[in-house]
Amino acid sequence: MAPLLRVSDLRTYYFGFRGTRVVKAVDGVSFSVEAGETFGLVGESGCGKTTTCHSIVRLLPPSAQIVSGSIELEGEDLVKKSQPEMRRIRGRRIATILQDPMASLDPLFSVYDQVAEPAYYHQSFRGQKLRQRVKELLAAVRIPSPERRMKDFPHQMSGGMRQRIVGAIAQAGGPRIIIADEPTTNLDVTIQLQYLNLLKDLQRATGVALIFVTHNLGIVAKMCDKVAVMYAGKIVEMQSVRGLFYRSRHPYTRALLDSIPKLGVKEPLYGIPGQPPDLAALPAGCSFHPRCRHAMDRCRIEEPWQHNLIGDGNVRCWLPIDEEAAGRG
Amino acid sequence: MDRPLLDVRDLRKHFPVGGSLFGKTRGVVKAVDGISFTIKPGETLGLVGESGCGKTTTSKLVLAAEEPTAGAIEFDGRNLAELSRADLQDYRRQVQVVFQDPYSSLSPRMRVSDIIAEPIKAHEALSSAEVRARVTELLELVGLRPDAARLFPHEFSGGQRQRLAIARALSTKARLVVLDEPVSALDVSIRAHIITLLEELQQRLGVSYLFIAHDLAAVAHVSQRTAVMYLGKLVEVADSLELCTSPLHPYTKALFAASLPSHPDETREEIVLSGEVPSALNPPRGCSFHPRCPFVMPRCSEQEPLLCEVSPGRRVACHLYN
Repeated sequence: MAPLLRVSDLRTYYFGFRGTRVVKAVDGVSFSVEAGETFGLVGESGCGKTTTCHSIVRLLPPSAQIVSGSIELEGEDLVKKSQPEMRRIRGRRIATILQDPMASLDPLFSVYDQVAEPAYYHQSFRGQKLRQRVKELLAAVRIPSPERRMKDFPHQMSGGMRQRIVGAIAQAGGPRIIIADEPTTNLDVTIQLQYLNLLKDLQRATGVALIFVTHNLGIVAKMCDKVAVMYAGKIVEMQSVRGLFYRSRHPYTRALLDSIPKLGVKEPLYGIPGQPPDLAALPAGCSFHPRCRHAMDRCRIEEPWQHNLIGDGNVRCWLPIDEEAAGRG
Repeated sequence: MDRPLLDVRDLRKHFPVGGSLFGKTRGVVKAVDGISFTIKPGETLGLVGESGCGKTTTSKLVLAAEEPTAGAIEFDGRNLAELSRADLQDYRRQVQVVFQDPYSSLSPRMRVSDIIAEPIKAHEALSSAEVRARVTELLELVGLRPDAARLFPHEFSGGQRQRLAIARALSTKARLVVLDEPVSALDVSIRAHIITLLEELQQRLGVSYLFIAHDLAAVAHVSQRTAVMYLGKLVEVADSLELCTSPLHPYTKALFAASLPSHPDETREEIVLSGEVPSALNPPRGCSFHPRCPFVMPRCSEQEPLLCEVSPGRRVACHLYN
């Protein structure tokens, strides 16, 4: 059976200074997401996570262009769609939740107007039925007394509540897939847990697939089924969540895992030397080699291709990490 | 037993809100409402809590940037309120700060050498050659090359900027540094470096830290003791490892339950708090945590629990333990 979403060899470049400066923000990214699955996209700022998501919903800034590749949603290639066609796909089949709810909500419209809009356009609800639908959506994201709160405006709500409203809007068009781009970064820890549990419950109820973009490996451990780690515009490792945490193959993934403090453990942390690369001036060979603990001569010259792993997943690295040594915990 | 470097006793800061210049104020926000803690020389005290709980106000009080409404801060045995102007100036030399966002805490128009030299010039009478030598020494101390001194902040990455902010904080031989979320704004791969650098500097220089953050794992990693704050009050103070392994206060338990797992099969006691942090303008009666507490008892809504010692070095404010 074909996956719900299949991204193949996607390349999105930014062209600056009349095309003389090319930033390869997304450079040959392939992955697929099945219905009802949660797919994690992990990486540091500037590694191309967000550009990947914006490419999928075709909301790129004018300086960016999808150079090649395809994005198939239920068999249809989104790259070939016109913007008017995309308008019927966004909200109805793919929805997004962004980091800052205050930026994604319009301060001049009531919560009712904003939650009703996708249901009005995409599902043709009208009148009393529309009202009923909005009430259900707000109740599903656990807004207390939805009847009363839907007349409120975003500024009358707390940060956690606003983000739940954004979740209700995402659900309103009845999408098959929701892209959540760092949805809990601005929330406090206890509110973050509430929100993550809420997303899981919604997923269980509606069977929607989630693409979770984050730099927080803890969120990945909690939420995701499958994970792709991005570095400098490429997916360097993709595995099931357990595979990634227990048998990570790429030195970058392992370095990331070693650099995070763990609760109640006072081991020294591993600091990855150097800093994330400038996408406009990438090093030759593997772009991670200047920071890699295991860099070899080959890594400086030749870019590693994608090796398939036994089982499921793939990795871009020249290093044959032996299965035993890579096992952890 | 050595004397604490910083001794904070029953510190309060209330902000009047509403009203106009002549009118009566409508109420007070009790941002910090009777907290007490100590920091020993060379020790790190972690301070955790959600936004709006008073962490930042506490740091401002410790930095003498705000005057407390009530309570006392003693530094090295001397009460801040009784210091003369000159002594207060010297206090400010010894207590420095590193902020969360190194993009806004460093002036974009000043060269690194000037940024680091500014506190030195303000507090010490040194010749310019001596200042230059100190700047070079400080840059090396935080792991930057001495030729960084001629550059401007925009020429550095986030992690390097945070190193500059640390160098500036240490430039006047500070004895206490307030670290207000020092790694939250940095990239994941850079955080470990800054945490390790802070730990190394503490070992070399014997400086004390007040480490404020919301990431429990990071706080527990860096600090020997951790204090948990909720709505202007401390609810639990304990050894960091003990706090991680056996949190006592229901709020601390909830915080730990809410912190994310380090691998997919880690199971946690599920404590999902209902609701959100109530407004500090109108805190609940009794224990301010009782409307969200899963273990609430009738007594909690009437009587405020006091922060009592339940075992040596461990204090909890909860009726469950008294």
